[in-house]
Amino acid sequence: MARATSQLYLDGVSVSFDGFKALNELSLTIDPGEMRAIIGPNGAGKTTMMDVITGKTRPDTGEVFFNGTIDLTGEDEAAIAELGIGRKFQKPTVFESHTVWDNLELALKAPRGPFATLFHSITDAEAARIGALLETIRLSSKRDELAANLSHGQKQWLEIGMLLAQDPKLLLVDEPAAGMTDAETAETAELLKEIAMDHCVVVVEHDMDFVRALGVKVTVLHEGSVLAEGSLDHVSADERVVEVYLGR
Amino acid sequence: MSSFLFRALDARAGIFVALMALVIVLVPAGNLLVPESSPFHVPTYAVTLMGKYLTYALLALAVDLVWGYCGILSLGHAAFFALGGYAMGMYLMRQIGTRGVYGDPILPDFMVFLNWQELPWYWYGFDMFWFAALMVLLVPGLLAFIFGWFAFRSRVTGVYLSIITQALTYALLLAFFRNDMGFGGNNGLTDFKDILGFDIQADTTRAGLFAASGLALVLCFLICRSITRSKLGKVLVAVRDAESRTRFLGYRVEHYKLFVWTLSAMMAGIAGALYVPQVGIINPGEFAPANSIEVVIWVAVGGRGTLVGAVLGAVLVNFAKTWFTAALPEFWLFALGGPVRLRHTLPAQGHSGPYRERPIDVWQQIGLRPG
Ligand SMILES: Nc1ncnc2c1ncn2[C@@H]1O[C@H](COP(=O)(O)OP(=O)(O)OP(=O)(O)O)[C@@H](O)[C@H]1O
Ligand SMILES: [Mg+2]
Repeated sequence: MARATSQLYLDGVSVSFDGFKALNELSLTIDPGEMRAIIGPNGAGKTTMMDVITGKTRPDTGEVFFNGTIDLTGEDEAAIAELGIGRKFQKPTVFESHTVWDNLELALKAPRGPFATLFHSITDAEAARIGALLETIRLSSKRDELAANLSHGQKQWLEIGMLLAQDPKLLLVDEPAAGMTDAETAETAELLKEIAMDHCVVVVEHDMDFVRALGVKVTVLHEGSVLAEGSLDHVSADERVVEVYLGR
Repeated sequence: MSSFLFRALDARAGIFVALMALVIVLVPAGNLLVPESSPFHVPTYAVTLMGKYLTYALLALAVDLVWGYCGILSLGHAAFFALGGYAMGMYLMRQIGTRGVYGDPILPDFMVFLNWQELPWYWYGFDMFWFAALMVLLVPGLLAFIFGWFAFRSRVTGVYLSIITQALTYALLLAFFRNDMGFGGNNGLTDFKDILGFDIQADTTRAGLFAASGLALVLCFLICRSITRSKLGKVLVAVRDAESRTRFLGYRVEHYKLFVWTLSAMMAGIAGALYVPQVGIINPGEFAPANSIEVVIWVAVGGRGTLVGAVLGAVLVNFAKTWFTAALPEFWLFALGGPVRLRHTLPAQGHSGPYRERPIDVWQQIGLRPG
């Protein structure tokens, strides 16, 4: 069925923490090349869903498949990253005591073993790629700055740059616009749309203007399962969705 | 590969290496070539004392590599140091031959004393220097590898890891105290006669051991520096600062930790092997948990994550300690307060027997205090 042709396939995934069901029979299919926005109130399970996909949390039940055939539930974080799933965290996490450049170099797609990195010298192609990424995320002038000294918005962008540097097939982006000004938010939406042209992207975001700017199919999560799915106009017309958002 | 080695040498490293080269040449020269009447003469006890500091510096360097760059706070590095020391001690014991008190050509004195009839199998090969030298690297390296394999795979980190490293060194301490382990029990290994055919008491041998300690320190420093300046070094710092983030980038954190951890243990082993012929004894007291904690203090004093700082910290703290213990013994306790009190009181609890004989008399042996 749908699984074979999907990029990401979740079926009946449940996760509970001390009896509390963070994910409850969650099923979701993302097609190759698709960009999907995930919304939902606080505690809906959005981040937990990403934890399950990236190997941080093991589901109690349910299936998670990548590329239609690769079972992710038995793999660890490093293996899943190597398969081509990149993640941007809700709270921006960059390597603070490294420079912007080094952050990107570490993320850059390259052999990941200790001996490969021990004898690695940066190639011209890699340097050019990092240079191009710096342009994309508008941090060229900060390349030698420690990541710790960046503003919140810049850290968000650096993390998106690191995500791109990995050149993953699927990008999981958790609240990229959190803490950004309106102008930055609009720019971030543009950037993600650009990225989505040749990547499969799943974006979690609370900011409705941002989601509207993306103009893609929206999935509403609530209490660990899918409440509604469709265009933003379609889901925001859904009574249950309105209730969930207003009822908080 | 060549770029890997050249990476180590920038200005700061250059200054350190040049200074060390000066020390390695001048100290032995001051001892062997300058007449005793000259104020520039370096007495033998000072050569040995400084040689001992250099081995401590190497141990501190090893701790800084894992702690300063990878965030692994080892409170058990003295175990690797002591194992390297025991491997060297076993070689030195077997060099004694018939010159022991009992004159047995094969068995060390303590085995004769225990009425052992033959050499245990694990003492085989230690009459050959190359074999002992190999064991100096392999024994700590293998132990660290096995320990790290389990600890890092099960993602034991932070204070939990520190505690099990303490447990490791404590377990070894208890084991080495046992006479039936075959390592001389609480007396350890001592009364060494010669090393590679040279009289271990001779000034020239002492100068040679000093120079060897200095060279080992420089070499290990360069290796550490090449590592920390490589991309691998950047991954280590990434692990230190945000371990799980590093995993999500696709790096197998446990492999990285295992690599530096094992390498670091081997360096600690080398340090121990150079320490033993200079102080003339190795006994289970070297495994005391407080010893490992002290090393961490040296690194913290010199500045974690700098390599050079670890070396300076080890030398400065130990120099201060020597000076204070000789000149103002009471004041030293204040100076190092907690750590030193810990070192002397912790082992005394519950183990009244063997610990009392801990070799604080090292000072006596190296001439700081007249016997
Ligand atoms: N490790 C954990 N242990 C216990 N409870 C957890 C854990 N992780 C998440 N939870 C709980 O699971 C629920 C879902 O959390 P999750 O972070 O997935 O929500 P979210 O949709 O990302 O919310 P937000 O919009 O606030 O980021 C929350 O109630 C949270 O408290
Ligand atoms: Mg979240």
